[in-house]
Amino acid sequence: MSQFLQVLLSGLSTGAIYALAAIGFTLVWQAAQTVNFAQGEFVMLPAFFVLIGLHWLHLPLWLSLLFGLAAALLVLGVLFKKIVVEPMLPNGGMPLIIATMALSILLKEGVKQFYGAEAQPFPSLFGQTTMNWDGAIVSVQDVMNLVVALAVVAGLTFFLNRTRTGRCMQACAQNPGVAQILGVDIKRMTLYTFLINAALAALASFLISPIYLAKFSNGETLGLVAFIAAIVGGFNQIRGALAGGLLIGVLDNLTATYVTTEYRAALPLVLLIIIILWRPQGLLGVDEGRKV
Amino acid sequence: MKTWATLALLALGLAALIAAPIGQTHYIVYLLSSWLIFATAAIGLNLTLGYAGQISLAQASFMGIGAYTAALLTMAGVPWLIAAVAAVALCFVVGLALGFPALRVQGHFLAFVTLAFNTLFFLVARNEEWLTGGSYGLSGLPRPHFWGFDTAKNLPFYYFTLVAFVFAAVAMWGIVRSPWGRAFKALRENPIRAESLGVDTRRITLIAFAIGSAYGGFAGALMSPLVQYIEPNSFAFNQSLRVLLMVVVGGAGAFFGPLLGAGVVILLPEVLRFTEGYYLMIYAAAVIALMVFCPTGLIGLGRRVVDRFRPKRARSDLKLGAQL
Repeated sequence: MSQFLQVLLSGLSTGAIYALAAIGFTLVWQAAQTVNFAQGEFVMLPAFFVLIGLHWLHLPLWLSLLFGLAAALLVLGVLFKKIVVEPMLPNGGMPLIIATMALSILLKEGVKQFYGAEAQPFPSLFGQTTMNWDGAIVSVQDVMNLVVALAVVAGLTFFLNRTRTGRCMQACAQNPGVAQILGVDIKRMTLYTFLINAALAALASFLISPIYLAKFSNGETLGLVAFIAAIVGGFNQIRGALAGGLLIGVLDNLTATYVTTEYRAALPLVLLIIIILWRPQGLLGVDEGRKV
Repeated sequence: MKTWATLALLALGLAALIAAPIGQTHYIVYLLSSWLIFATAAIGLNLTLGYAGQISLAQASFMGIGAYTAALLTMAGVPWLIAAVAAVALCFVVGLALGFPALRVQGHFLAFVTLAFNTLFFLVARNEEWLTGGSYGLSGLPRPHFWGFDTAKNLPFYYFTLVAFVFAAVAMWGIVRSPWGRAFKALRENPIRAESLGVDTRRITLIAFAIGSAYGGFAGALMSPLVQYIEPNSFAFNQSLRVLLMVVVGGAGAFFGPLLGAGVVILLPEVLRFTEGYYLMIYAAAVIALMVFCPTGLIGLGRRVVDRFRPKRARSDLKLGAQL
């Protein structure tokens, strides 16, 4: 039982981090109809910005984190939108998808060439201590990851549903034409969406890198899991992406502990195929209906 | 007049392909064979992507299924031709089974399902050692032998792949010009209109995907005797991306796009070798630039350049239409 609790909690903790990446993915999908195949690399990269701050610029940790966040907002938010997405939107969906695939190669190879191919240790934000809960050894890091991720998701939901800007962003995602007629600055709202995605990716990066180490190839699995979490939960819902992320995190840890480690990576994929067969709009998704 | 010019160009191209390996080193001949094989896989993917408008990210795993099937059968003493037919048939069936759930839903679900499938295939190939040899792979695969024509050397093997490629390309030409092919194109251009004209879009897309996958299997069946050693990493997701890039760089939906694209993707590393590790970065940046400035690929770029220098001639009775 205590082992089960341990496995469950660490699954929830990684799952919450997956959820952050999945939510960003969903938001960008809604705002710009962009399926971002580089989302995994978006989570891999900010950790390296922090490492650059720490080791090349010799900044203290908190300043490096700020530097990492700022760099992520600039590169993954503003530059991604201005250089990659915007010029390509008139060309339709397919070229943009291909371009994000190329972008993922570019980011991965860039990190490998300019920082290094080895896995880099990343400072833990919450220390390495553990707590004993009723026989279950629980690491503080796991608990804090879960708390931080959930708090951010709650804050984001509040922002999107309760503030004027948030509601304008939702209006843009649902019907850009009407939103523009009603006086919403669509370009600005789309930019906000990209910035939020970059910030979520940076946060996921800072939380997950102490666990998995920072490595240029981290994005491959993270990106795949983020897509799957978004689809499993429901492509058009924030809480769907959250549920999908948590579900995959928990199931992944449970399979690895109790069933098989060899096919651990296969589980999210099998889950994806089952969901698409059984409930293509996702667990919490709402059927959008077909647009003609 | 125009058909004659096309035929002459085709004959010229074929002659160039026949003459290409003569007097070259073993390595170049090997590269050329590999180019034709990847071009076969890319032609198949072009049907899925360029004609039916669906992204498949599993072409490498279909090459893998084909390669392992051909390898296991030929090692058991089955002639290559029969092994290749089995590989193609198996990939067709797997394509149907995989596409059926994914194509139930609109959107880019096929991309994700095939992405997942490629990863699953890689895991199975690596973990099921009794069948695939695990991460050590299968080695010592025999090269086929046809009634006195032995392909053990690289040059005869190149001609063997050339014949196989021409066969595959001609078959694709037939498919694209058949009623099915026209339905594929209708689907890509305007799925709603195609559906309202009575095209069963789901079935047609599924068939396009399955045929595209079968081409992957055929390429795989050619791959295993060429390399004579197969292991899971040659069929990982990265390789699928590579095949996809071949199609897109060449020009999705253009018949000779994949051949051109495969040439660029296979031969460019040799040209860019002096840049060492930066090759992939340059390549990725070039793809992004291509997508920004010319989403129709190199073929589209070529057409655009030709259009710019060729004066526009519109038949007088169509002038009004040309102005619209």
